[in-house]
Amino acid sequence: MSVRSKTLTSARTHYCPGCGHGIIHRIVADVIDELGIREKTVIVAPVGCAVFLYNYFDLDAYEAAHGRAPAIATGCKRVHPELVVFTYQGDGDLAAIGTAEAVHAAARGEKITTVFVNNAIYGMTAGQMAPTTLIGQKTTTTVEGRDPSKAGYPVRVCEMLATLEGAAYIARVSVSSPKNVAQARKAIRKAFDTQIKGLGYSLVEVLSQCPTNWHMTPLESVKWVDEKMTAYFPLGEFKVPKEA
Amino acid sequence: MAGNEAIAEAAVQAGCRYYFGYPITPQNEIGEYLSWRLPEVGGIFLQAESEIAAIYMVFGAAGAGARAMTSSSSPGISLMQEGISYIAAAELPCVIVNMMRGGPGLGGIHPSQSDYFQATKGGGHGDYHMIVLAPSTGQEAVGLTMLAFDLADKYRNPVMILGDGNMGQMMEPIEFTSAKKHLAVKKDWALTGALGRTKNIIKTLYIDPVILEKRNLIIQQKLRKIVESEVRFESYMTEDADVVIAAYGTVARIAKTAIKVLREKGKKVGLLRPISLYPFPYQAFTDEAKKVRDFLVVEMSMGQMLEDVKLAVCDRSRIHFYSRLGGMVPSYEEIISQVEKITEEVR
Repeated sequence: MSVRSKTLTSARTHYCPGCGHGIIHRIVADVIDELGIREKTVIVAPVGCAVFLYNYFDLDAYEAAHGRAPAIATGCKRVHPELVVFTYQGDGDLAAIGTAEAVHAAARGEKITTVFVNNAIYGMTAGQMAPTTLIGQKTTTTVEGRDPSKAGYPVRVCEMLATLEGAAYIARVSVSSPKNVAQARKAIRKAFDTQIKGLGYSLVEVLSQCPTNWHMTPLESVKWVDEKMTAYFPLGEFKVPKEA
Repeated sequence: MAGNEAIAEAAVQAGCRYYFGYPITPQNEIGEYLSWRLPEVGGIFLQAESEIAAIYMVFGAAGAGARAMTSSSSPGISLMQEGISYIAAAELPCVIVNMMRGGPGLGGIHPSQSDYFQATKGGGHGDYHMIVLAPSTGQEAVGLTMLAFDLADKYRNPVMILGDGNMGQMMEPIEFTSAKKHLAVKKDWALTGALGRTKNIIKTLYIDPVILEKRNLIIQQKLRKIVESEVRFESYMTEDADVVIAAYGTVARIAKTAIKVLREKGKKVGLLRPISLYPFPYQAFTDEAKKVRDFLVVEMSMGQMLEDVKLAVCDRSRIHFYSRLGGMVPSYEEIISQVEKITEEVR
């Protein structure tokens, strides 16, 4: 497993030490390698920390405007139904500014896949409250901790999308331990399989650590994922294709 | 057929196979027509959840190498501005139809031309322009829609068909002559899966200002080429004119009726009608200003095209202005009385 995935380039990533993005990139790239679909896959990059992922993935790539990745993926997939099209989006991108695009891509049963990276914070803009910021969590815009009477409640995306008929596969995983990474790999593989079989929309939410903006060490941050995030965002499959 | 339907059929005949849109009056017939017509030719009609989503679906389809379009009316076009800026930045070809209605705000549903600035000067953030074509009749809309797809592909730039609610709704006979040959452009930049080639990337982020300035200059160079090659206008009875009316779209059509009546009365009146609003026919107005003493600019907006006429004419001729707003359409009688006011002053 030490060999670099064929789907990844040799570029050095800009991610901070202990960030989950590198692990998630590797998992997605490995799944694309396993499926042998590198030359028929298109990735839609978000706005946020992963905006440069087209430098790291050796795939045809769009860079979307903030939140619009599912609409761009829709346009591409409708033109090229034979391709595998997926979006890679963060919590601000998918669950705040791009909620409408995400919900309606799922409602349409758009045959695309979304890798949804939830780290409960705006990383690239340096630590503001995200739609998934936990109650009590300190951010640069909730310095006393998120107070639901002022800033509302964190959004559970999987539970919300699982109510939609068009959503075929919905799962939440984390990358906080080798065991969880293995689970994440299985879920992402299932999500791509769902698209390839034409069963509908698929999304895997990955709880990810952001040591920099959480002001924690990498070890503290994976512990925080396991203890705090998982308590509010339970791991598991929320919807699986009937056929599978 | 209605102007909206004529534009829709013209898009199909121009090889457009992908339409993404969100309903808004007075352009709904475009989407309604394409919802059954596109599947007939193996295309896709998709009703999006918003104009924002629609323009990004166009972004995705155009980036995938297809001829794609959307249509809307003023408030919806405002929502699309973010996406249009991204499309211009990424140099993706597409066609956007705006059947203008009265604004600002939710405004009304009646014809207007008050999105002229938004359409011709950029509209979204950053330095860019769409090519903007303004048909005056349903028949002309057919030709310009087909041209729009060719220009979009040729320059890798968004093209807007700028009409108004009147043109979209008006029923008139339309002729579709034998299908024209479309411009065939190799889109080796499109995203099709990186099969047997290096990957393609469609992006608009350039963090390094040195590179972003270069990107901007490339776009500006392209726009200069468009300005040199794609100016379109019509001169109507201007040869001997004392007064030249400047108007586009529906208003130009009404002005022609006024001119016929005025000519019968012996008044020497002509029309200079911009067909391309970007690039604007500045030179045609500058040349006309050498011959004519009075211009009358008539628009369904508060002096938007007037600014471009002033830029071209400077103080070589006198410029008069008449407008109706908020969905009111000037009648040919109103235009006649405006011209007569000018000719009486002259006497």
